[in-house]
Amino acid sequence: MELKTPLYPRHLSAGGKMVPFAGYLLPVQYSSIIAEHQAVRTAAGLFDVSHMGEFVVEGPGAQEALDRILTNTVAGMADGRIRYSPLCYESGGTVDDLLIYRLSAQRYLLVVNAACREKDFQHIQEHLMEGATLTDVSEQYALMALQGPVSEQILRKLAEQKDIPPKSYTFTEQAVVAGKTCLLSRTGYTGEDGFELYCAPEDACHLWDALMEAGQELGLLPCGLGARDTLRLEAGMPLYGHELSPSISPLECGLGFAVKLNKAEDFPGKAALSQPQKRIRVGLKITGRGIVRENCDVFINGEKVGITTSGTHSPHLGYPIAMALLQSGDYPVGTTVEADVRGRRVEAVVTPMPFYKA
Amino acid sequence: MNNPANLSYTKSHEWLEELEDDVVRIGLTDFAQDSLGDLVFVNLPQVGDEVVVGEALGDVESVKAVSDIYSPVTGVVRAVNEDLLDAPEAINENPYEAWLVEVDNITDREETLSAEAYETHCQTEE
Repeated sequence: MELKTPLYPRHLSAGGKMVPFAGYLLPVQYSSIIAEHQAVRTAAGLFDVSHMGEFVVEGPGAQEALDRILTNTVAGMADGRIRYSPLCYESGGTVDDLLIYRLSAQRYLLVVNAACREKDFQHIQEHLMEGATLTDVSEQYALMALQGPVSEQILRKLAEQKDIPPKSYTFTEQAVVAGKTCLLSRTGYTGEDGFELYCAPEDACHLWDALMEAGQELGLLPCGLGARDTLRLEAGMPLYGHELSPSISPLECGLGFAVKLNKAEDFPGKAALSQPQKRIRVGLKITGRGIVRENCDVFINGEKVGITTSGTHSPHLGYPIAMALLQSGDYPVGTTVEADVRGRRVEAVVTPMPFYKA
Repeated sequence: MNNPANLSYTKSHEWLEELEDDVVRIGLTDFAQDSLGDLVFVNLPQVGDEVVVGEALGDVESVKAVSDIYSPVTGVVRAVNEDLLDAPEAINENPYEAWLVEVDNITDREETLSAEAYETHCQTEE
């Protein structure tokens, strides 16, 4: 039995095609994945991402505890700042990837993937030191993402300028949007400028309606999981369960910027991540006919060198793209590979990521 | 739903038009294109290929997924709608005009549904 988010009635009235995802019923699309995708690239889109999990870590030892759990550094963050970090096992494999919001020196909000919520909680709890407590506050929040170049213009109609976080990866803890208090952050998963609004579940429909109304004349469309996936793929962003997993390390995924091997604290995976990695993530532009999706074997000169982790038709670029995990090596841009698509070899070339940049 | 009464239908959401004796034109239904979403690729057989009843004759890819197109007949492909290779969205826009293949020399065929029976079948899948 899937759960419904507070915005479920809005999805139905907007014609959303509902599918089970991470234990929730969410819209995969409303009208068309391509139309929704392009709305985000050229105007704006509104997503229900209430399925995401939220934890609070607090106490006098909160920062140090997080630095002993996460691969990225938490020390040195200022209030109102956000950082991205993987969370690893001792093996170097990935438990999850998450966002850390510094509410205060002793209070942090972690935003985790819905499907990982329980294991993350357990993993963090097991590694938590004295002086810090962990609380799952997911039920206190509905979450929507307003994404696209006109997002700020839409928000300005509903919020005071002082409440709108001015820079990427910053947030306002108590912003007032359309009369409702919410945590407003300048974050997203689409490769465009945009915001995420964490609000009380009972305020979610009011905020959704206010945003849709304010955005209508600017081309705002409600967007589903389908467009969320194609957008993040074009932006070269990893998705847990595809580019990251218990058997894929963040370094193999190319997330070295968020793995701080030089920090003083030990953290799960530090030793394993200090060793040479077996694989490397690359971007592929499909030059043959057909779409290369996940789990297709990848060959160079007839020899298997890896496997694709995600792939789709890129609505904005107009051709298919994929990401692949290849055995460690040098794969210059333009290297020709072949992917096995249901028994058929489809040609592709190594391409820089992100595939698309705003 | 608007499924033309002069066509017959399969449970796997293909339509058939009888062009002449033992020659049929095959396409995808409105229900199929709506379920698949935006189509971005079509893989079709070539003229002269044999197709077999109940087996895939090609596939269509939407942004989300790939789906086989099942042949409702056994026979030989006599024409392919090559316009679709560059414009698969035509299937989304007008599924009953955007035919996929024509098959002749038919030696076997599956039992098909009337438009009315097909609509009843679709309701059970929604």
